[in-house]
Amino acid sequence: MRLTEFKDHRRELHSFRLRIGIAAVFVVTAFSLLLLRFVYLQIVQYDYYHTKAEDNRISIVPIVPNRGLILDRSGAVLARNYSAYTLEISPDKVTDLDKTIDELATIVEIRPSDRIRFKRLMVESKGADSVPIRTHLTDEEVAKFAVNRYRFPGVDIKARLYRQYPLKELASHVIGYIGRINERDAKRLEDEGQSANYKGTDHIGKTGLEQSYEEELHGITGYEQVEVDSAGRAVRTLSRTPATPGDNLVLTLDIKLQQVADQAFGDHRGALVAIDPSTGGILAFVSKPGFDPNLFVDGIDAANWDALNDSPDRPMVDRALAGTYPPGSTFKPYLALAALELGERTPESTINDPGYFQFGGHRFHDDKPGGHGVVDMYKALVVSCDTYFYMLANDLGIENIAHFVSKFGFGAKTGIDIEGESAGVLPSPEWKRSHFKRPEQQKWYAGETISIGIGQGYNAYTPLQMAQAMATLANNGVMYRPHLVDYIEDPNTGERTTIEPKIVRTIRLKPENLAFIKRALAGVNIEGTGARAFAKAEYTSAGKTGTAQVIGLKPNEKYNAKDTPERYRDHALFIAFAPLENPKIALAVVVENAGFGATAAAPIARQVLDYYLLGKTTDKPAAELPGDEGGD
Amino acid sequence: MIRRLWLRLSDNIDGPLFALVLALLTVGFITLASAAHDTPARISSQAINIVVALVVMWAVAQLQPQTLMRFAVPAYAIGLALLISVALFGDVVNGARRWLNLGVTRIQPSEIMKIAMPLMLAWYFHTHEAALRLREYFVASLLLLVPVALIARQPDLGTALLVAAGGFYVIFLAGLSWRVLLGVLVAGCASLPFLWSLMHEYQRRRILTLLDPTSDPLGAGYHIIQSVIAVGSGGLSGKGWLKGTQAHLEFIPERSTDFIFAVFSEEFGLIGNCVLLLLYLLLIARGLTIAANAPTFFTRLLAGAVTLIFFTYAFVNMGMVTGLLPVVGVPLPLVSFGGTALVTLLTGVGILMSIHRHRKLVQT
Repeated sequence: MRLTEFKDHRRELHSFRLRIGIAAVFVVTAFSLLLLRFVYLQIVQYDYYHTKAEDNRISIVPIVPNRGLILDRSGAVLARNYSAYTLEISPDKVTDLDKTIDELATIVEIRPSDRIRFKRLMVESKGADSVPIRTHLTDEEVAKFAVNRYRFPGVDIKARLYRQYPLKELASHVIGYIGRINERDAKRLEDEGQSANYKGTDHIGKTGLEQSYEEELHGITGYEQVEVDSAGRAVRTLSRTPATPGDNLVLTLDIKLQQVADQAFGDHRGALVAIDPSTGGILAFVSKPGFDPNLFVDGIDAANWDALNDSPDRPMVDRALAGTYPPGSTFKPYLALAALELGERTPESTINDPGYFQFGGHRFHDDKPGGHGVVDMYKALVVSCDTYFYMLANDLGIENIAHFVSKFGFGAKTGIDIEGESAGVLPSPEWKRSHFKRPEQQKWYAGETISIGIGQGYNAYTPLQMAQAMATLANNGVMYRPHLVDYIEDPNTGERTTIEPKIVRTIRLKPENLAFIKRALAGVNIEGTGARAFAKAEYTSAGKTGTAQVIGLKPNEKYNAKDTPERYRDHALFIAFAPLENPKIALAVVVENAGFGATAAAPIARQVLDYYLLGKTTDKPAAELPGDEGGD
Repeated sequence: MIRRLWLRLSDNIDGPLFALVLALLTVGFITLASAAHDTPARISSQAINIVVALVVMWAVAQLQPQTLMRFAVPAYAIGLALLISVALFGDVVNGARRWLNLGVTRIQPSEIMKIAMPLMLAWYFHTHEAALRLREYFVASLLLLVPVALIARQPDLGTALLVAAGGFYVIFLAGLSWRVLLGVLVAGCASLPFLWSLMHEYQRRRILTLLDPTSDPLGAGYHIIQSVIAVGSGGLSGKGWLKGTQAHLEFIPERSTDFIFAVFSEEFGLIGNCVLLLLYLLLIARGLTIAANAPTFFTRLLAGAVTLIFFTYAFVNMGMVTGLLPVVGVPLPLVSFGGTALVTLLTGVGILMSIHRHRKLVQT
């Protein structure tokens, strides 16, 4: 019995120790497994996890460069930056946006319009780090929020640079504006490989110079390496690459001249472009009415947007750049020059003007009932005789006209350094063929050529083209590419990159022909249709009036401004350059639905030239001259 | 006089075991000083925890194994009763019903079971030593499964796992036949697809996340991803004490408790890990040696189970932190911050010391 017990005991102990041994083997196996895992993670995969840990720890914070300024030729500020506080929400870090905004509203004022804008910006700037709910916080609001900041994870105050256009509507189309980067902008930046440089940048140029010189104005984004904790809070700065600020744009534009021109329009709609003929530098670039570009910087609100968009005056359209108008009689000098150059007329050859030109079964009327009598080329230009040019156009033929005037840039983009330019329409049989679909429309009729003689018909040009053509004529056929920027300036070093004047082409013209046309245009302002507007001018000048029909008149129908609704009244035009001998400025003016060029457009040109050449200013709009005798 | 007092105090303390415990406590305290650098209160409170737990260890070491045996049934009964009370009246903290409010203090009864369970089963097998048949193993399994089920329901998977493991070790060491063991294992595996089909969609998703944390990098998987990054970025020699970026920039969750190993690994690297593994291995080896030399069936089973529970803590925690095992709330023994676990673990060490000290006295 004792033996069995002993034996059992021995066997039992043996079995127990066996199992302890098995357990020990299990323990060693398990720990070996752990050891293998450690070796795998800490040796084999070390580089991977080291990088991961560094990525966790180090955050790259972009340093947004200051946007360059836009200055006029004498340094007046047209676009600048100022610093202000905004309250911004990071949508990723906030679970209930509406609740957060409601709670924020108990601390800082949040208007319904702020909420609407926030919603819209959320949609527009998808993927942005943070979206502003309030802008321009007062110091008191900043302090109030700072105290309560702990209650709002994902909400932060940021000091941001804002764009400001101190002159508001003045030159608004030229300067343009910046707006928040939307999905389309983001896509384009990505395609251009610019995404990295726009990290942290919220705004981008949308129109005007802000858009076309975006690259120069933006600058190069800097970077700061900061150590962050798991909540994304910066613990310390590791390294810093400063941003390179954007370059300043210094324009050829003279903002005082711009202001004089702008004011001269009064309440009229229209456009004026003034160019330095010897460089192509734009001196004034007016489109009326304008708009306040400041409205767009932080997302325009619905009411203002509707007001701008729905206005029948269409203030958003840059009329100088994209508006096209029939040139009317301002087209005549180029036809006269064509006739001289092609030998179709001499200055001395005359016609007899009975008050109309009969072609086929149709009578083309002159403005002056009864006609101008015996008319040579000088008189034809000075009094703007229509009959002379009906006949001339008919004799030249459309092909010759189109070929010749195209050299002056009509019907082609000028290549000015802002986007959105219209090419206009220089009609020709070829243009008709490619422009229309139906065969009967594609045919060119001889009667159409006759209308072109007085700048009517299909042709339509931008005020910029008209000004460029005038500048080219003034400059004896040497055509410069028009440009707004004189030089680009590095704000740190002051280093300047000048936009060199670029000759587009040199038109070969006989000096005596040029001299004759210039003399005739000078005559316009001395004894012709421009004489009253340029009475007692203290400088020599050349000009040509024009009046362009907005609606076609039926045969024998007489136009009467008083009986025509305002928007169908004639456009008033005037082209000019001065001084005659050594032109410093060439310009084109279009005043929409204002009637005669001589009475509505020429006085504006007079004010602009008076200021530019003599420094004369007036704070009144250009007075419209009464009556219409002898002019168009 | 002082010498005699010292002898009296150290009489029942096993030198090697005590040295290993002190080494591990030191490693733990140094790591905690880094992990909890921003909450110094934890460091001082852990110092107190260590002192208290060492006193408990010393006290338990003074007990006779027979006394321990007498505690078995009452401890188990009280533990079970408390678990039932928790299920009925327990306080809910963080969505789990684990705590019992006794008015004065709150206790976590599941913790008692970590010691009471092996004690009870060892006692049970000891009293039925003469005739161990399948029936006894079945009863033992019931004794095991009821409290485990109650703890798992709280839910506290970590503790349930440890208690279940503790009980299983006793049953295994008591000599459950391999055939039955294998049978249970096969049956368990076979029922997995059936269990899977019974589960709710969200439960399945949770299990899938446990298996592949990258499937939910910002949610449940975040903790494990960050802790694995911490371990891996430690490299061979670590980033240095107090220099762990994952730890100090708060990327590691629960970095002074369940995930303290990630902090240790990041700062001391593979070399540190090997040292720690070695300390644990030596401690376990010492425990198993004590078990192998224990005089009675009860002490053998108890010493073996207590040692293997200690191993389970270490393995599950390190496996979890390195992404080898799913995340369950098991602390790193003697290293993680927390008084309760420390007291439980050092009670176990005290039991080992008691058994070792009295190995000759009981032998007949």
